[in-house]
Amino acid sequence: MSSSTEEIQTGVAEILEEVAGVAPGDVSPEKSFTDDLDVDSLSMVEIATAVEDKFGVAIPDDELGNIKTVGDAVSYIQKNQ
Amino acid sequence: MSGVLQSTTGAPGARVLGLGAYRPRRRVTNAELSETMETSDEWIQTRVGIAERRWASEDETLVEMAVAAGGKALAASGLSPDVIDLVIVASASLRNPIPGIGPRVAHRLGATRPGAFDLNAGCAGFCYALGLANDSIRAGSVRNALIVGVERLTDVTDLADRGTAVIFADGAGAMVVGAADEPGIGPVAWGSDGDQHTAISIPEGLPHMTMAGQAVYRWATTKLTETLLEAMRKAGVGPADIDVFAPHQANLRIIESMAKKIGFPESTVIARDIVQTGNTSAASVPLALTALLESGEAKSGDTALVLGYGAGLTFAGQVLNLP
Repeated sequence: MSSSTEEIQTGVAEILEEVAGVAPGDVSPEKSFTDDLDVDSLSMVEIATAVEDKFGVAIPDDELGNIKTVGDAVSYIQKNQ
Repeated sequence: MSGVLQSTTGAPGARVLGLGAYRPRRRVTNAELSETMETSDEWIQTRVGIAERRWASEDETLVEMAVAAGGKALAASGLSPDVIDLVIVASASLRNPIPGIGPRVAHRLGATRPGAFDLNAGCAGFCYALGLANDSIRAGSVRNALIVGVERLTDVTDLADRGTAVIFADGAGAMVVGAADEPGIGPVAWGSDGDQHTAISIPEGLPHMTMAGQAVYRWATTKLTETLLEAMRKAGVGPADIDVFAPHQANLRIIESMAKKIGFPESTVIARDIVQTGNTSAASVPLALTALLESGEAKSGDTALVLGYGAGLTFAGQVLNLP
């Protein structure tokens, strides 16, 4: 079952809040995880595994490096769901 | 001639009789590292949870550190060196593997012609050695064993690289294990993921170790939960029975994540020796256990869950009663 862009972004925001303490209001597609939301490389791994569990997609380590912004994550999930 | 050969029958179990540690003299703080590289105390503490570490000096060789830690473990066990019939030295930082240092460490400690060898299973080396010692005693191959984890990771680390220099450190930890009427060490839960052999490695032709931090972090925080559960299942205990959780001290965030996933009770003491010691690979588990016993946070008879994991990738865990 695939979710709408909005649902996916809300889901990603929930994970960001849980894993890295990012306020849901700060999350928007153009935000960079590392530069804007202060998420470090290890928290990115935790976000990736939480995304895998929540959306049923696989994010291999080499793909993880290409996911820079919230929008990248949302479109990756959409494409691979 | 063909036919069934004779075999040996060992003790019903083995238990830990003594622990010992050697921490190199030189203490290196995050502030000191910040003077020579682009890093900060805050950066290091947030990423890996290390405040300071020990770096070995020239004279603190693998053999000297192994002998120092082994001697303390022997003294704590109350055993005479001549009853030790197996010595295993776990290390991943031997620069010259011929000869191995196991026989020399055994000789220096006064053990009389024991089985002695080196074991390289990366940061899982100590727990691999503990599994072998336990099984050798239960099989009747030996009565008492000394196992040592010793590393000079600074010899294989680029001390100008902020990604690895802030993490890796030196030291030694040792344990004496002996035959017992009841098992005081549970069966080992071990294995390897050789498809990820490049994740932690000294690349061909290069002098220093590299680590794929994200890949190792993900592997450790997702795949090893099952190994911890298996180690407890094999020993017939559950998370509520664990007084002390002492996994390999690789990264404080991995330790916290593992503890959270297993769901230990509030009362379980979680080893956080990494804060003062850094990542000492095969030495980290006995160093952490010794520190907890010395500080009084852990006590004799406590049930501990230990786990080693690292280059290979390898992993091994077991439950044991503290001496």
